[in-house]
Amino acid sequence: MKTQIVTFLCLLGACLGGGLPAIAQERPVAFTNAELLPISGPAIAHGTVVVVGGTIAAIGPTATTAIPPNAETIDCTGRVIMPGLVDTHSHVGGGWGGDASGPIQPDVRILDSINVRDSGFWKARAGGLTTLNIMPGSGHLLSGQTIYAKLRKASTIDDFAIKDAAGKPLGGIKMANGTNSQKDAPFPGTRSKSAALVRQKFLKAQDYRRKVAEAKGDAAKLPDRDLEMEGLLDVLEGRIVVHHHCHRADDIMTVLRLRDEFGFKVVLHHVSEAWKVAEQLAKAKASCSVIVVDSPGGKIEAMDLSLATGAVLEKAGAPVAIHTDDPVTDSRLFLRAAALAVRAGMSREKALEALTLAGARMLELDARIGSLDVGKDADLVVLSGDPLSVQTKVLETWVEGTKVFDRADPDDRLFAVGGYGAGRDQKAHGCCTDARLSETK
Amino acid sequence: MRVFLHVLALALTALALAAPGRVSAAEPASLVAVYGDVVHTMAGPPIEKGVVVIDGGTITLVGSALDIPVPPAARVVRGRVVTPGLIDAHTAVGLTGYLNQDQDQDQLDKGDPIQPELRAIDSYNPRERLIEWVRGFGITTIHTGHAPGALVSGQTMIVKTVGETVDDAVIVPAAMVAVTLGDDARPGDEKKSPGTRSKAVAMLRGEFVKTQDYLRKLGLSDAEKRPDRDLRREVFADVLRGKLPLLVTVNRATDIDAALRVAKEFGITIVLDSAAEGYLAADRIKAAGVPVIIHPSMRRGGNGETENISFETAATLRAKGIPVAMQSGFEGYVPKTRVALFEAAIAAANGLTTEQALATITSDAAAILGVADRVGSLRPGLDGDVAVFDGDPFEYTSHCTAVVIDGRVVSEGPR
Repeated sequence: MKTQIVTFLCLLGACLGGGLPAIAQERPVAFTNAELLPISGPAIAHGTVVVVGGTIAAIGPTATTAIPPNAETIDCTGRVIMPGLVDTHSHVGGGWGGDASGPIQPDVRILDSINVRDSGFWKARAGGLTTLNIMPGSGHLLSGQTIYAKLRKASTIDDFAIKDAAGKPLGGIKMANGTNSQKDAPFPGTRSKSAALVRQKFLKAQDYRRKVAEAKGDAAKLPDRDLEMEGLLDVLEGRIVVHHHCHRADDIMTVLRLRDEFGFKVVLHHVSEAWKVAEQLAKAKASCSVIVVDSPGGKIEAMDLSLATGAVLEKAGAPVAIHTDDPVTDSRLFLRAAALAVRAGMSREKALEALTLAGARMLELDARIGSLDVGKDADLVVLSGDPLSVQTKVLETWVEGTKVFDRADPDDRLFAVGGYGAGRDQKAHGCCTDARLSETK
Repeated sequence: MRVFLHVLALALTALALAAPGRVSAAEPASLVAVYGDVVHTMAGPPIEKGVVVIDGGTITLVGSALDIPVPPAARVVRGRVVTPGLIDAHTAVGLTGYLNQDQDQDQLDKGDPIQPELRAIDSYNPRERLIEWVRGFGITTIHTGHAPGALVSGQTMIVKTVGETVDDAVIVPAAMVAVTLGDDARPGDEKKSPGTRSKAVAMLRGEFVKTQDYLRKLGLSDAEKRPDRDLRREVFADVLRGKLPLLVTVNRATDIDAALRVAKEFGITIVLDSAAEGYLAADRIKAAGVPVIIHPSMRRGGNGETENISFETAATLRAKGIPVAMQSGFEGYVPKTRVALFEAAIAAANGLTTEQALATITSDAAAILGVADRVGSLRPGLDGDVAVFDGDPFEYTSHCTAVVIDGRVVSEGPR
C-alpha cells in the first residue's frame, strides 16, 4: 500500500513536472538536523525536510517532524538547506534566438537550439541553481521565446522543460531596448525608432487578436496561422511574460510605457539605472531582476551601474530578483551576487528571496518552486554554512527529489572548481548515450 | 580659532572626498595612526590590537597598540582588520576606460603585432573612474599597461591609485613588456602574421636574434659602424640585459611551455600571466623558477583557451613553491574591470589560507613586481599605504572602510 502511495505521488509529481524526469525519485528522503531557510517563512534552526515523490511532503523542526519509515535519512547536522536557486536570466546551453533578418522575431524558440550537454549546466547545478530562464540575447528588440528549464538529469531539452497541463513547455519572451538592439536597418537606429517598431508590431498583433476573437472558434473565420502573431498573442493575453533587457532609466520607463499601452506582463532585467527611478518602479509595481557585477562600465548604458541597486529597490518597495546573465556572471557564484547586494545595503532576507522566491514569482512558477513549502517541488540546495559567506560550499543540489550535484563526487567537483575538461561538453544523462564520449570520459 | 581650523579641515576633507579621482600627491602627508583589531603586516605574524604609524608618507612604527602610544596630533583611523595597501598585480585600468568607447580604449594597438616601444605612461589617465573604483576596495598599487591581444603589445608600469598626472602616480614607469602567446596573439586577419602558434614564437625569436645582433654592433669600437637609435631594439635590448622582464600572457599548457622555451634560449627573465592551465605545467614552471600572476578566477571562462580555468590554480601552484600573485586582468565588456580583492577571495575559499591569499595581493605581488622595498607589507621605511576593513577582507559582506596612500586618507568607506 505504501508503495502504491509513493507510486501515486511519483506520478503526481511527474504530472506536475509535466514530463517524466530522466531519473525519478523512488524512495522518500528525509534531510534531518539542518538549518532550514524556507524563504517563505522564518529560518528553522534544527529542522527536517521530507521529500516524497519529488515533492516536499513535510518541513518543520526535527523534533516534531515525522519521517516515513522507508525513507532514506540524510543527517545534515551543521549544514544549511535552502530552496534551489532560480535564475531569471541565463544564457547557458549555447542557444541562439533570432538571426540578423529582422529586429522582432517572436516565432523563434530558444528550445530548438539548446545543447543539454553544455558543461554550463553542470556548473549551474554546482552553483545550486535548479531552475533557469534560458533566454536568447539582447541584440534584437524581440529575440525570441525563452524556456523555463529545470536542471534535471537530462538527455534532451524535453527533460529540462517545465510544461503546462497541456504539455506545452513554459517560457517567456525576450525583448530589449537601448543600444544592444540598435544597428543597421532593418534594425532601429535610435531609441524612438526602437519603440515605434515595437508599437507597430504590437498593433498588428492586437488586430490579429481581434480577428481571432471575432471568429469565436469558427475555423473558417480564423485568420491564417502566423507564428509571429501567435507568439505575440500569448504576450497580449498574458499567457507569457515579457523579459525585457533595459539599462538606462529612460529605457526602463519606455518599457513601462509600452507595458501600459499594450497591457503585457513584464519583468525588467539588468536595470542598471533602476536606482534613479526606484520610486516610480515601486509605484508601477514593476518586477526588477537585477544583475550584480564587479564594476560599472563596459558599455555606456552601464556607466552608472551600482551594487546598491537591489538595496535601493528594496527600500522603495519594488519586487527584486537577482540573475546571473551567465556568462556575464558565473552560475557557480550566484550566491555571491546576493552577498554583494547585502554588502551594498540589501537585507539578508530580501537578498536570499531575490535568488529564489522572487525569481519564481517573476517566472510565475511560485506555486511550484522558490521556497521550502509542503507541496512544492523538492528542489533544494545543501550548503556547508551561511549562504552569504565566501567560504560556503554548495555540497549538494537536488531537483524534484533527485540529487543532481554532489561535491563529494570527483566528477561533479570538477565543475564546482574548474580544471581540465570542465569546459567541454559532457555525456548526457540517461541510457544509451554517445558511446565515444563515454569511452573518453 | 582651533574650531574654525577643524571645520575648515573637515570641509577640505569633504571636498577631497567629493572629487575622489583628484587626490593630489602635492598635499602634505600628515601624521596618521591606523589601529586594527588585527593588523596583517605580511612581514610577520598578524598583530592583535595593532597600530601602524605613518609620518611624512612613510611607515615609522608597526606594533602592538599597547606598546605604541597614540602620537599627539595624529589623525586616527580605526578598523577591525588592517592590511597593507592592496596590489593588483596585472590590470589595464587607466589605459582602458570604463565607457568602453574608442576614445577611452588605449590598451591595445593592433596596427603591428610587435610594438615594445609603446610606453604605458603615454596613455595613462589617472582620472579614470575605474581607478577610483578599485581604490575604494583597498587597491593602492596597480601594475597596469598594455593589454594582452598582440604578440608584443607594449610596456607596462606600476602606479599608485592616486594623482592628477601619471608623474604623481608612477612608481616604475617601465615595468615589463607585455607578450601574448596563443589565440589572442592572432591579429584577426588571416593574411597577417602571426597566424599560428609556431609563427608567433618564430617572430618573437627573430626579434631577439636581431636584438642580439644590435647589441653586438652597439659594442663596436668604430662609432660609424654602430646602429642608429631604434626604439624597438632599445626596449628588447633591455629585455636581453635583464633590466625588463617579459610579462607573457598564456593559458594553454602548450603556450606555457613555449614561453619557458624562449626564455631559456635567450636567458630572458619572464613572468607568466594568466596561465589557466598552469596546474598542468606546475613542475616545469617551478623548475624554471618563474613566478605566475594568475588569471582572475571570475573572468569569463567558457570556450577557447580558458575553458579549463580553475578556482584552485593559486593553491595548486603555491603548494608547488611557485610564487603567485592575483590580478584583475583585462575585461572587454561588462564588468569593465574585476577587483583583485575579490579574485583573491576566491583563492582564499579554494585552498589558500587567509594569510596566503592576502600575500597574493600584497607581499608576494610586490616581490614579483620588484617593488617590495616600497609596498606590499607594513614595515618601517615602506610607503604609508594601508587598507582598513570592518571584517575579514575576503568575506563578501565585509567592507573596505578606509584607504591610506602615502600617509593620506584617500577614501573612506564603507565600500
